[in-house]
Amino acid sequence: MNFDLHALEAVLLTIVTASTPLLLAGLGELVTERAGVLNLGVEGMMVMGAVAGFAVALTTGSPELGIIAAALAGAALAVPFGVLTLNLVANQVATGLALTLLGLGLSGLIGERFVGQPGVRLPHLHIPGLSDIPFFGPLIFGQDLLVYLSLALAAVVSHVVFRTRLGLVLRAVGDNHASAHALGYSVIGVRWGAVLFGGALSGLGGGYLSLAYTPQWVENMTAGRGWIALALVVFSSWLPGRLVAGAYLFGAVTILGFFVQGLGIGVPSQLLSSLPYVVTIVALVVISRRRGAARADTPACLGQSFVPDR
Amino acid sequence: MKNRSALTRRDAMRSALLGSVALATGLGGPALAADKLKAAWVYVGPVGDFGYSYQHDQGRLAVEKALGDKVQTSFVENVPEGPDAERAIERLARDGNKLIFTTSFGFMDPTIKVAKKFPNVHFEHATGYKKAENVAIYNARFYEGRYVIGQIAGKMTKSNTIGYIVSFPIPEVVSGINSFMLGAQSVNPNVKIKVVWVNSWYDPGKEADAAKVLIGQGADILTQHTDSTAALQVAQEKGILAFGQSSDMGKFAPKTQITSIVDDWATYYISRVKLELEGKWASADTWDGIAKGAVFLPEIKNVPADVKAMAEKTIAAIKSGTLKPFGGTITKQDGTTVKDLDDGAILGMNWYVKGIDDKLPQ
Amino acid sequence: MRLELEKRPERSKIMAVVSPIAAVVATLLTGAVIFAAIGIPPLKGLWVFFLEPFSSLWSIEELVVKATPLILIGIGLSIAYRANVWNIGAEGQLTAGALAGSLVPIFANSWQSPLTLVAMLALGVLGGMLWGLIPALLKIKSGANEILVSLMLVYVAQLLLDWLVRGPWRDPHGYNFPKSVSFDGWQTMPTIGDGRLNWGILFALVAAVALAVLLRRTMKGFEIRVLGEAPRAGRFAGFSSDRMVVFAFLVSGGLAGLAGVIELTSTVGQLQPNISPGYGFTAIIVAFLGRLDPIGVIVAALMLAVSYLGGEAAQVALGLSDKAARVFQGVLLFWVLACDTLILYRLRFVPGLPAGETAR
Repeated sequence: MNFDLHALEAVLLTIVTASTPLLLAGLGELVTERAGVLNLGVEGMMVMGAVAGFAVALTTGSPELGIIAAALAGAALAVPFGVLTLNLVANQVATGLALTLLGLGLSGLIGERFVGQPGVRLPHLHIPGLSDIPFFGPLIFGQDLLVYLSLALAAVVSHVVFRTRLGLVLRAVGDNHASAHALGYSVIGVRWGAVLFGGALSGLGGGYLSLAYTPQWVENMTAGRGWIALALVVFSSWLPGRLVAGAYLFGAVTILGFFVQGLGIGVPSQLLSSLPYVVTIVALVVISRRRGAARADTPACLGQSFVPDR
Repeated sequence: MKNRSALTRRDAMRSALLGSVALATGLGGPALAADKLKAAWVYVGPVGDFGYSYQHDQGRLAVEKALGDKVQTSFVENVPEGPDAERAIERLARDGNKLIFTTSFGFMDPTIKVAKKFPNVHFEHATGYKKAENVAIYNARFYEGRYVIGQIAGKMTKSNTIGYIVSFPIPEVVSGINSFMLGAQSVNPNVKIKVVWVNSWYDPGKEADAAKVLIGQGADILTQHTDSTAALQVAQEKGILAFGQSSDMGKFAPKTQITSIVDDWATYYISRVKLELEGKWASADTWDGIAKGAVFLPEIKNVPADVKAMAEKTIAAIKSGTLKPFGGTITKQDGTTVKDLDDGAILGMNWYVKGIDDKLPQ
Repeated sequence: MRLELEKRPERSKIMAVVSPIAAVVATLLTGAVIFAAIGIPPLKGLWVFFLEPFSSLWSIEELVVKATPLILIGIGLSIAYRANVWNIGAEGQLTAGALAGSLVPIFANSWQSPLTLVAMLALGVLGGMLWGLIPALLKIKSGANEILVSLMLVYVAQLLLDWLVRGPWRDPHGYNFPKSVSFDGWQTMPTIGDGRLNWGILFALVAAVALAVLLRRTMKGFEIRVLGEAPRAGRFAGFSSDRMVVFAFLVSGGLAGLAGVIELTSTVGQLQPNISPGYGFTAIIVAFLGRLDPIGVIVAALMLAVSYLGGEAAQVALGLSDKAARVFQGVLLFWVLACDTLILYRLRFVPGLPAGETAR
């Protein structure tokens, strides 16, 4: 029994770390898409965050500064995307994909001299007493800063998007940019804000990888997580609460696959590895069926450029 | 179908034309020291993976260091095993390289194809099995190192459960698991191995996940046949012992890494390039192990002196040839037995020894 | 001062010519700066990156070989995107096509006739179509978003391939290495010349022309455009958007499947864990760079191919790292996308605050 509880705790803790980068990057993209902008460059911004976070934490010795650097780097990479798609109305899909190429290349160049160096780990929270409670202690009171931040951000984003004037404007810009413009809102300004926020959070997601998940830098260390984050935004129907559920579902099924393998039952590992994808599809189908009108949540102007007529 | 001579003629004309343009604009190709041998490497991953491709590149750099005055080296990294491989290899042959190392299994058929077109260029393919007049093959007996670390693990484990993180079920990996198990069983008959496939050579996140899950399931020693240092870092955080892979990863987990299975290609590369320089290169099938230094275990740390002494004795026995990991009678998972495996049986190994709780795809 | 865009009354013919040239000039200048910054003589760098791919018949052939799958997938995606159907999973459909096409050499290995190849290609198309049908049906039956479903199915297809090629479909004489039997004779695409150039490009060109005609001259093309640009109007006109979702996925999936089996029968020559360096994703850029027009896609695919081959050449000739090549590629695409705007818009510099601010 003691052993089982230990295994369960390990699985749950691992699910948290596996889900957090997906949640962070997904939240950023969710806000970007709520403003009507589809940025497929999440992978590129994440990997820039990973290298910048690692580099700054290593040179300054402070993982906290690393976190800030990761967010800034993600936002910085979002700048050319913003200039191209918002100011020069270039196609968002193609620009986002090009951004991924640029991010992967640039991060590799920057990171060249950091390969093979152990990084600085973001410490886990330790509240004497509380964190030492068996099982629940490490799970609830012993995570790292970014885990709490990701969950808090989900709540904040949810509140801001649905309960504040800023959120109303954001959604108006994403759902009907012509009307928002006619009402006097700066469509381009709001979208710039959303794009930078999305970049910063993608950067944080990447920084989580190189600072907390696996404190090291290797090229392409995001290994496709940006794409999963993109898919999870769709899964969430652009609702932050459901994004949390989606990220944790995806993380959970991935980790359970490893757990089942460790039991030595002999199920093909490829089948277990494919489960997170299949489960996400099935869950989406079930949700979409129940709601019927899942489309209603899709920002109506998603992916469309806006040019104000004077 | 075009006639070959017509093709080459047109080809030549076109390059002559462009060449003159290049000359006129001062854009000629790289100025070569005509007497230097050109040698090139093709890597499947980035040289910055600090694992498989990194180690091959260390070998290339050793060649530069040792023979830099006579050799000019170049490389192409991140070449996917697929449609692009043949082009990358052919480009190097066309670029005037006389010796080309293709360092991943998936480059086997492309290497053979290009070698047919360039009979005067010598090729060396790592970890495959197709040879030709101008294609040599080479590999390292990683499983020898795995026998040693298996033995250490068998001695050191208290829970009798060892976590083994693996990439893909290819014979090299499978023979590694078996050799590890045989080593462990030689000192501890009750040892169990939990195997987790992450289906990637290279995904630090997933390797860390697998490590955490295995530790949660009671593993108190980890080993891996994946390339990143993530699992070691997890092991260090949890305060357990582990082994490195490909490179010496001690820096990442000084209190955790017992030793590592380091691929050391430098000796081999230098010797082959030397042969080429002397005009004595010939196709060969090289499968070196601990004895020739192709597999190297850095100093054993974090274990008691008797365990270290035992491991060093084993290394010496493998070096001298008195101990062969796959020598003697071996009981397979299905209960049948085999004796004194030859190289062919090790190269294509697709079964587990008794005591491993996993199934291989058949 | 601020920059303002003014929509041109019609697409500028002059700019349609000037814009790509401007993009090239801007890229060359940026490239020269980057090369100078990393210590490579700028002119030499540019030569290797952009002109060497055209400097020999071999590299021109390789360009075409590289562009072939990008054209096939890109034109299919153009049709889908025009109809507002978001197929992001062409890579998975490519894999499924390759798997289906391999059924012939793996289960009927001794069958050698021109029909062998025909059967493989047909199965490849079918496999891609079937894989594409999954997101299409889930979309119209349950409203499940096709972006997610098609993307997730990429990973599923790749893992299926991985399992098959390491298990049941492994070459029995291949020392248990993860590859199928090598394809031979009519299991491979006939080549043109003695390089890797093969009939695949002919399929791509024929398909591109056929889709261009479909789009411009047929009722179906009209339907695609109407449903894509004005879905409501399309429905009033009696067009079914459900049927269009299925049609778009069948076309784009089938073409991706064809690309998969063509790669398999030409450049790869066997089934193995990696059969595509992300063609299905690169083709998305190709489709948009080609302005979702089949003929434009051909040009865009060649351009992308140059950037890949140029990057590779630069690694060999200049010691430029693969990473720098990718940065270069990203910058090139940025310039092309930016200059594209000039075709549709006139840039004006006007003094004052942004429009939104003044209106408030």
